[in-house]
Amino acid sequence: MAQNRKYSYVPHTSEDIDEMLASIGVSRIEDLFADIPQDVKFTEVLGLPDGKSEYEIEKFLQNLSEKNDRKLSFLGCGMYDHIIPAAVTAAASSPAFVTSYTPYQPEISQGMLQAIFEFQTMICQLTGLDVSNASLYDGHTAAAEAVSMAFQAKKKRKTVIVSEAVHPFTLSLLRTYFNEQDIQFRSLPLKGGKTDFSQLSSLLDDTTAAVFIQTPNIFGILEDLNGISELIHQNKSFFILSSNPMNFGMTKTPSEWGADIAVGDTQPFGLPANLGGPSVGYIAAVKNLLRKMPGRIVGETQDDRGQRAFVLTLQAREQHIKRGRATSNICTNQALAALTTSAYIALVGPMGLEEVNRQSMTKAHYLKEALLALKEVKDVPGPFAYEFTLDLGNRADDFIQRMLGKGFFAGVHLGALDSSLYGKVAVAVTEKRTKEEIDRYVEAAGEILKGDQLNE
Amino acid sequence: MGKTVKKGLFYTKNHEWVAVDGNEVNVGITDYAQDSLGEIVYVDLPEIDDSFDAEDEAVSIESVKTAAPVYAPFSGTITKVNDDLEDSPERVNEDPYGTFLFVMKCDDEVDTDDLMNDEQYTEYLKTQEDD
Repeated sequence: MAQNRKYSYVPHTSEDIDEMLASIGVSRIEDLFADIPQDVKFTEVLGLPDGKSEYEIEKFLQNLSEKNDRKLSFLGCGMYDHIIPAAVTAAASSPAFVTSYTPYQPEISQGMLQAIFEFQTMICQLTGLDVSNASLYDGHTAAAEAVSMAFQAKKKRKTVIVSEAVHPFTLSLLRTYFNEQDIQFRSLPLKGGKTDFSQLSSLLDDTTAAVFIQTPNIFGILEDLNGISELIHQNKSFFILSSNPMNFGMTKTPSEWGADIAVGDTQPFGLPANLGGPSVGYIAAVKNLLRKMPGRIVGETQDDRGQRAFVLTLQAREQHIKRGRATSNICTNQALAALTTSAYIALVGPMGLEEVNRQSMTKAHYLKEALLALKEVKDVPGPFAYEFTLDLGNRADDFIQRMLGKGFFAGVHLGALDSSLYGKVAVAVTEKRTKEEIDRYVEAAGEILKGDQLNE
Repeated sequence: MGKTVKKGLFYTKNHEWVAVDGNEVNVGITDYAQDSLGEIVYVDLPEIDDSFDAEDEAVSIESVKTAAPVYAPFSGTITKVNDDLEDSPERVNEDPYGTFLFVMKCDDEVDTDDLMNDEQYTEYLKTQEDD
């Protein structure tokens, strides 16, 4: 049983491989790929180094991680630097969860099904809506799937109205989903940093399947949605609302705003902002859209002994049953990341969420006021939660670069996401930032921006 | 099992029955269709005033083993749906010819030449069993 030393992580011995090849009647592994034309095959030798021992690998990765330049993060724009309690990571690190995937043999995966069921329940409680699925890849995917639901429920309607204050990535993904279909987008324009809802009536007509709004919007500004759902519903269109769910600890819920479908990203609940992911898309809807919901849904039932049990339910929506007529091609979920989210929400509870919001909001407002007091700084005005936007014009990139030199991720230049937002820098402050850190930010910003003025 | 055909109705190749009354049609599924689907658990009905082109999917029927579309036989507008099916979808299994799914007001004069009568459908069913 001599292990092939060079590929010590590959479980098959050369004897195993020879035996398998012999039983199917080929002499070399390469023969399995004989059907592939020679000229498209990669024939060079892969330039990979030899295998290393566990200790060597650990040391290598440790050194690599030490090269990370840690800065104080004031980044937001969809991903937030909240505190992650150790218990959340511990719960989510259980090997039984780590090695699980979306349940394909649901009846034997009761633990994972229950975790998903809890996630769905929490999403319904947070949004106030009736039904939730087991999660989607991220908030932007959830947005596109929500619009897709609206078109399926309104088959004859071919337009969607989208606020210009939604995240540019959301807009980009909507276009990816629908550009090749017979679907039209109508833009609900901006007025300052808010959506100009006075234009909504004139954009709505009998072709409108849905209206898509984000609050807080791309500038962090809370949209005033009074009367909006009435306007949309009079037109028999669906109201889709995208939100950072952390805000529901303090602000009105999608249900309270009259939304039919709520979407967003649960990253703020216990998931680190590692290079942008993985995160979790949530999607919740009113009951009569249940059959249009994409992806997996876990339901609670009783087994033959009358015990509480969980099952994957309403699978007739899904592509393994409905094929081309399925509601979506999505048949998976972000099981582990969603579980992490559930662990976070369960741990902090409603009062904890309120506290995270109160602290983040207070600190964000403290920072914004201090920055505006510098005089050199203009903002995009409007009510906000814990993210706001500065208007730094052509100093934006330079400001971010020089703040980096002083140890801060100072904000996200929205112009990098969409050139029409050039000069606008979104700044988020979570409960994780201390007063001392915020004061240092203000001091550093003051030095940079005042210095600029002297140079001008 | 599943071979009952009712006189006086018209039939489609997709195993829908159509009862014609002027330019209004009642639509349901045949005994053969309900038998093939198995236990029906949900009927996703259209809304009144929804309009469909001929061959559009108007209804989706979910059974314990599959989900199947029911197509509009003609172009028209829905005037009535069978609300009882929301709570009792099994009625389609129990009494397929006595359980309509929807009533449609057709845009044009109903042309039954495109449909089969009961004798033609009985013949058609024989070809289905060979499959």
